[in-house]
Amino acid sequence: MSGMYRVHVRVRLRPSILDPQGKATRQALRQLGYEALEEVRIGKWIELTLRAPDPAEAERLAEEAARKLLANPVMEDFDILAVETIEAVG
Amino acid sequence: MADTLRVGVVVFPGSNCDHDVYYVCKHQMGWRTRFIWHKETDLRDLDLIILPGGFSYGDYLRSGAIARFSPVMHAVTRFARKGGYVLGICNGFQILTEAGLLPGALLRNASLRFICRDVFVRVERTDTAFTSAYSPGAVLRIPIAHGEGNYTADADTLRRLEESGQVIFRYVTADGRLDPEANPNGSMHHIAGLLNDRGNVLGMMPHPERAADPVLGRTDGLGLFASLAESLVGAALKR
Repeated sequence: MSGMYRVHVRVRLRPSILDPQGKATRQALRQLGYEALEEVRIGKWIELTLRAPDPAEAERLAEEAARKLLANPVMEDFDILAVETIEAVG
Repeated sequence: MADTLRVGVVVFPGSNCDHDVYYVCKHQMGWRTRFIWHKETDLRDLDLIILPGGFSYGDYLRSGAIARFSPVMHAVTRFARKGGYVLGICNGFQILTEAGLLPGALLRNASLRFICRDVFVRVERTDTAFTSAYSPGAVLRIPIAHGEGNYTADADTLRRLEESGQVIFRYVTADGRLDPEANPNGSMHHIAGLLNDRGNVLGMMPHPERAADPVLGRTDGLGLFASLAESLVGAALKR
């Protein structure tokens, strides 16, 4: 059904890429006493709000956008976490 | 017919080294130099295009990621594919990797800090249009100023780059040795500057334009512009 959808895209550094930001955060958290903490990885969560004929098409467009621009495949992976229906028509 | 090199310096919203490199090209080298606004798409009047340093489009999303899709970059890509010469400095290097004109990517510095200081880089090849005026193995003192200069590529790409001699500048000690201490940002293989396989597109993190005028106290970057003069002006004259 046609409507407005919000697609949640997660962009993360690929596992093979060192994440110095995550490393520094892990260090800080360990200093706060979280000694059990093994690893911190920091990524991005991007919300795309768009009009589409159906949720599957919304997801397809978001995936295309992520491949073209939101993630750089040399260093990042992405996945679609959820497709939320904001407003459905008909 | 051109009597000198015709150079364009791209200006993105957020470029901040555009005037520095324009100054070197126009006033020191005497080249016919103009600014190219990021919305321009006709670059046929040029021999060399320079993508200057700065923070194009605020470096939002990733450094160079938005700039890559600007109207001018489509034209720059066409220009490069036809064999036109392109030099990307700092943010310009980041844009070239995002645009796929050079392989790999520039990640956040390993130290997480923005680094603004002089470094030493070794000239790895002098048989290129960008480095012909240097002597083999020369060690240059040139400033860097970046937060994302940590060069990364997968193992296959790195092997290919090394085999085909595309690493043009490497971070070294003052006496030219490879040493982790001399690598300011964690770049793989100490890569500071990279040439494409065709030899017409160079990306580099150090700023040669900031080390080109004696008034600034150092001139090791001038050789890059002198190389381009040597290599390209003759070709431009024949056109």
